[in-house]
Amino acid sequence: MDMNAPVGANALDAERIVGKPLDRIDGRLKVTGGARYAYEMQQDALYGFVVEASIAKGKITSIDTLAAERSPGVKLVLTHRNAPKQGTGNHREAHPVLTGPVVSSYGEPVAFVVAETFEQARAAAYLVDVKYDPKGGHFALPQHLGLARVPHQADGAPADSEVGNFSGAYASAPVQIDVSYGTPLQSHAMMEPHATLAMWDGDKLTLHTANQMLNQGQRVIARTLNIPIGNVRLVSPFIGGGFGGKLWVNADAILAAIAARYLKRPVKVALTRQQIFHVTTHRSDTIQRVRLGTDRDGRIVAIGHDVFSGNLRSEQVYEAAALQTRSLYAGSNRLTRHRLVPLDIPVASSMRAPGEAVGLLALECAMDELAEKLKLDPIELRIRNEPAEDPERHVPYSSRHLVACMQEGARRFGWNRRNPVPGQVRDGQWLVGIGMSAGTRGNPLRFSKANLRLDPDGVATVRMAMTDIGTGTYTILAQIAAEMLGLPLERVQVDLGDTIFPEAAGSGGSFGAASSGSALFEACQALRQKLATRAGMDPETARFADGRVATGERSINLTELVGSGIEAEGEISPGRNNQDLSQQSYGAHFAEIGVDQDTGEVRVRRMLGVFAAGRVLNAKTARSQAIGGMVFGAGAALHEDLVLDPRFGYFVNHDLAEYHVPVHADIPPNIDAIFLPELDERSNPLKSKGIGELGICGAGAAIANAIYNACGARIRSYPITLDKILTDLPKQS
Amino acid sequence: MDESIFPNVEVTRRTVIETGTTALLLSSLPHGVLASEPDQADRTPASIELLVNGHAHTLALDPRTTLLDALREHLTLTGTKKGCDHGQCGACTVLVDGRRVNSCLTLAVMHDGQSITTVEGLAFDQDLHPMQAAFVEHDGYQCGYCTSGQICSAVGMLAESREGMPSYVTADLIQPLTELSDNEIRERMSGNICRCAAYPNIVAAIKQAMGEQT
Repeated sequence: MDMNAPVGANALDAERIVGKPLDRIDGRLKVTGGARYAYEMQQDALYGFVVEASIAKGKITSIDTLAAERSPGVKLVLTHRNAPKQGTGNHREAHPVLTGPVVSSYGEPVAFVVAETFEQARAAAYLVDVKYDPKGGHFALPQHLGLARVPHQADGAPADSEVGNFSGAYASAPVQIDVSYGTPLQSHAMMEPHATLAMWDGDKLTLHTANQMLNQGQRVIARTLNIPIGNVRLVSPFIGGGFGGKLWVNADAILAAIAARYLKRPVKVALTRQQIFHVTTHRSDTIQRVRLGTDRDGRIVAIGHDVFSGNLRSEQVYEAAALQTRSLYAGSNRLTRHRLVPLDIPVASSMRAPGEAVGLLALECAMDELAEKLKLDPIELRIRNEPAEDPERHVPYSSRHLVACMQEGARRFGWNRRNPVPGQVRDGQWLVGIGMSAGTRGNPLRFSKANLRLDPDGVATVRMAMTDIGTGTYTILAQIAAEMLGLPLERVQVDLGDTIFPEAAGSGGSFGAASSGSALFEACQALRQKLATRAGMDPETARFADGRVATGERSINLTELVGSGIEAEGEISPGRNNQDLSQQSYGAHFAEIGVDQDTGEVRVRRMLGVFAAGRVLNAKTARSQAIGGMVFGAGAALHEDLVLDPRFGYFVNHDLAEYHVPVHADIPPNIDAIFLPELDERSNPLKSKGIGELGICGAGAAIANAIYNACGARIRSYPITLDKILTDLPKQS
Repeated sequence: MDESIFPNVEVTRRTVIETGTTALLLSSLPHGVLASEPDQADRTPASIELLVNGHAHTLALDPRTTLLDALREHLTLTGTKKGCDHGQCGACTVLVDGRRVNSCLTLAVMHDGQSITTVEGLAFDQDLHPMQAAFVEHDGYQCGYCTSGQICSAVGMLAESREGMPSYVTADLIQPLTELSDNEIRERMSGNICRCAAYPNIVAAIKQAMGEQT
């Protein structure tokens, strides 16, 4: 179906199984080591190892592969001299490798060594002798803002938006805030390295590969290798995290495919942890300027958000950090602008909540600064600027319960105990503060299809080329099918992660559950129709429960109706949904922080997120995902900082010892996520909204605002590390 | 197959090397696309015996093989994960003679004759180990890639604490540890990164399993 109109009451509303906090159906596989990831699918493959460019820009003048080729066990050394010609495009369209002697960014693969064993491939890779003619380049975003241009991202929103007369309204506003925030380069740092096992059967390529969106990956690989899309199969039943880092095809997939073709044997490769940082994508750093003009009561009359980000010069993808500013608060004069600086660094692309994750780190702290200037409670300031409709597009919200989130969060968190004057609350050596932030994240729906089959043994099987990157897709799809067909959960089998199944959106952009679940919902509706018809019942009134279909006093076991097996298909398309409505999930974040009065060390003491995101499909996995997002936000606020060497254009701290993500000790047990009851009839047939990224959106800003409340240090350069706090700490008596 | 991309010829190592059909393969190729025969002066494989999950295995391994790769690539025990290969993430944690070890940081040949327990060896037939069951119940994972390491680490960590081993946050080094606080668990588990950030759920799972064991 096309999602064009409110869905009305449907069979999911009973919530007998959907919504319940059920254990993951793939849980046993994950805790016993039985879940197999791409690199683990076959044992007789050859091993590949990537050789990276050790310059950021310039030209390869010579590659000596002789020693590597003579090294024990080596089967092949691929370089630009023997790699095939490949299709081209931006990083979302194609991923050609070893295309020539030109190096465009540090760490770009320059050779690929394949050997009988991993140890042999790795040892031989170090024998490849590459000589370069290095050239200077543009690396650091802050140093090259003068080169910024308006990006034209084909799959993105327009870079600019303007409503009314921002500059005039801002200039005459009685209360003004004009602040700039910086967010650093970040890395997804998912636990499973990018990995691919490639095998050919004649002209047909099968890739077991860690990829979030298999159908898109299939298109990109076909285009890159110049082979028909029907000859490419991607398999990925388990993916060890993605966070956007596995949305696009990376070098591992193409290198393994080419080598396997040449050698007529399966080839597998996993990027090393260190390689991931340069060979795959990252999130750009941003420089953001937020201007807020209000009347004396705190009502926004002018809201402006300018964002600079950087990318490899051939790319148009920008960090859309001002997107949420277009819909979050009221105000009749508005201006948002994104500018992209062309650089000579690895490709920047989507990382968990691209745009909002770092945009809210600026906007929501600016709101905190504004509240203080107005002497208004931060929640009250936001309530005064709650819009009745989308303030730029002038369309209704599909649903929006931001105020309810803030109020419920305030009640649960004890917000009324907050002292608005910074530095007033102490707990021993700790200065203690609390802060909050609003959260919002776009709620897209994407085309997806599903196949559903009910067999004589009473087991329903769901098949789609959907992925589960840890979000819980297997489980929520099983819940939907079980609910709709009136089957117990254990009688539903879910097969995902294979492009031989019907096309699905994949996991990304918070569209996964809604898109795949809605396609499955439609397949369930179609199967119910068929079953009821076979039972001689009216499909509209037939009840499906306990493995039976019933109407009035009549009741028939489903297994009596299926014959040798019965199938149905379903599909969902976004329709006019996203044009006619402003669609976001909402939330409110609260954080309590301790700042060591002597060292400036920050400790998270408590966190709470209250969210309104439509129907929750599984209360347990939804809470886990929301908390995971909040911790991601804590990492952005306090830890994560991919350091670029501005001279040589490489990421200095390219491993997990030096790129700091939150660990157990950083995160208090007192962290919780609550979902308010909400059904969004205009979002999708499930009435759900995306939650995979909502948790991060605003979480870091709540922490930053709590740090200010704790000690009076307003740090506008993330991450907020103790060295930055120290200079602003109150003087000790 | 599009011939402009992949040459539509039967290529074997021998044809490439002996008949000089490199030009057929790719015109720009200055020397053999495929490597020469392996140098026979190869490293001598080391023969070791590992007792893995109760089963004895004799392995002839390249001495450079880590314990992690011996398990994953030679014994097909892929439950133990490679997240960083440098001891920075903990995904490869296994128990060696009961002690938790980052299996990526140690060579297999160093463990000749030792007993290794991996995540595959914790369950008893169909019955999950209490730690595994607690991880399922408390949703102590998301993507599952760090999970094997978290579980093995937690099992090893509880054994360490039962032996009275202190941690950085242990306030009193003299008094025996009675019960592990949340802080103790978090500190002792900080070598195991979970980017999905199931941390509070993992701590809850460990507390439950700890209660069932005592």
